[in-house]
Amino acid sequence: MTKFGEMPDRTGRDLFADAGESAIKDAGIDREEIDALYVGNFMGELSERQGHMGPLMAKMLGLDVPATRVESACASGGMAVRQGIHAIRAGSADVVLVGGVERMHNMGTTGATGGLSVAADDLWEIKHGITFPGAYALMAQRYFATHGGDREDLAEVAVKNHANAANNPLAQYQSEITVEKVLDAFPVADPLGLFDASPITDGAAAALLVSEDYAAEHDLDAAVSIAGTGQGTDDLALQHRDSLTWTPATADAAEEAYTDAGIDAEDVDFLEVHDCFTIAEVLALEGLGLYDPGEAITAAREGETTADGELPVNLSGGLKAKGHPVGATGVAQITEMTKLFRGDHVNSDAVENAEVGLTHNAGGTVASAVVHVLEVEA
Amino acid sequence: MSEEVRDDGYDDFMDALEEGDPYYIECANGHASLPPRRLCPECASDDLEEAALPETGELLTYNVTHVPTPAFADDVPFVLGIAEFGDVRLTGQIRAESEDVEVGESVSIGTDVSETNGERYIAFDLA
Ligand SMILES: [Zn+2]
Repeated sequence: MTKFGEMPDRTGRDLFADAGESAIKDAGIDREEIDALYVGNFMGELSERQGHMGPLMAKMLGLDVPATRVESACASGGMAVRQGIHAIRAGSADVVLVGGVERMHNMGTTGATGGLSVAADDLWEIKHGITFPGAYALMAQRYFATHGGDREDLAEVAVKNHANAANNPLAQYQSEITVEKVLDAFPVADPLGLFDASPITDGAAAALLVSEDYAAEHDLDAAVSIAGTGQGTDDLALQHRDSLTWTPATADAAEEAYTDAGIDAEDVDFLEVHDCFTIAEVLALEGLGLYDPGEAITAAREGETTADGELPVNLSGGLKAKGHPVGATGVAQITEMTKLFRGDHVNSDAVENAEVGLTHNAGGTVASAVVHVLEVEA
Repeated sequence: MSEEVRDDGYDDFMDALEEGDPYYIECANGHASLPPRRLCPECASDDLEEAALPETGELLTYNVTHVPTPAFADDVPFVLGIAEFGDVRLTGQIRAESEDVEVGESVSIGTDVSETNGERYIAFDLA
């Protein structure tokens, strides 16, 4: 992945080429071996009047292969990874470059807020004033009313993820914060403040996927294997859901991925989850079956999900502190987890003996979710 | 989008709401949804009818929005909520001070217009 941060002048195509070239070099595979490209991107049309990114990005990397853009809001990147896996499993490709990119800072705060809101239902949400932070604030308020918990519990999630990013050179925010700072921050959409929210971020990420046969034939020592993939879908509009605090798309994606990998939720050693807002990390941990409904709100405060906890969550810094270039996020979760596993991530020590990791990438208010199970041999 | 172009189904609903006669879509199996629909989103029944929306709803959740989309740039801060009218849930802005709003309160439904661009939206009043 590229450094995540504020780079308003860098075009999406340059960001993607940067990440793609790094991924190809890191894998040590000749670019002629690549059979297909999948690019995750959410709002290129809005941020830089650029759609149709498949062919554009292929040529930016000197590739002449079938190239397709994948869009599922903030889950675009994770869905691009899933398309790559499907292509390999279907036997139509042996080597696939998957990536994601988003340029956001050039839109300004109001412009980016408007752009992100497009992931919601235009007729029944956007026209009435919903924003992305606003939608998650509605979920947080309902969670507090249903299960208890408060802003301080959520602040602990932000503090944890900032601490994880503090020494990550690719993260947008490399600084620790305090609970007080989170609680005193500007209220973007009360009960959520500025430090409950992931930032506006420019960046890209990419990874090279190879089939098992290709790895064996070429004597490749792939760092990790993607053992399971799953996807879930829910009503687009938050108001149409049976529950405002339970995310069936996450639960469905997890169930499929666990079955695909032949594991149970209890087998997961650490995770990267979609913490676009602090409450989102709580809902993810419950939807993934790692906590009962109403129980994950205290996980960060109790130290269960910190770097030295039983179940480290978002060791990369998460979307919250690493940054959230929306179309790139789901791919960055894979690349960060790969580094965590193979030992060249600043936080690798926290998961020295880990064998199973999980990535969870969500779109909109979790109308889309995609889960991947990553494994290494013990 | 040009202002003169309507969104069929949606604008018909908003017209009816403005006239104090809001409705929802009910399928033969009693599932509720909002227009436009050709099929019930729950059971895919194509036997759909309009039914009167209950006059008062229960506020399920709310927020106080300070950072808006461009369409509401001059409207902030505002209180936004989801309210349940029978089996139908709607998102709208609550015309009240945030201190007076609580989850579980009764609200009535109507329309209002954005101070920013004059477009209409769903509005709730504390009942
Ligand atoms: Zn039905």
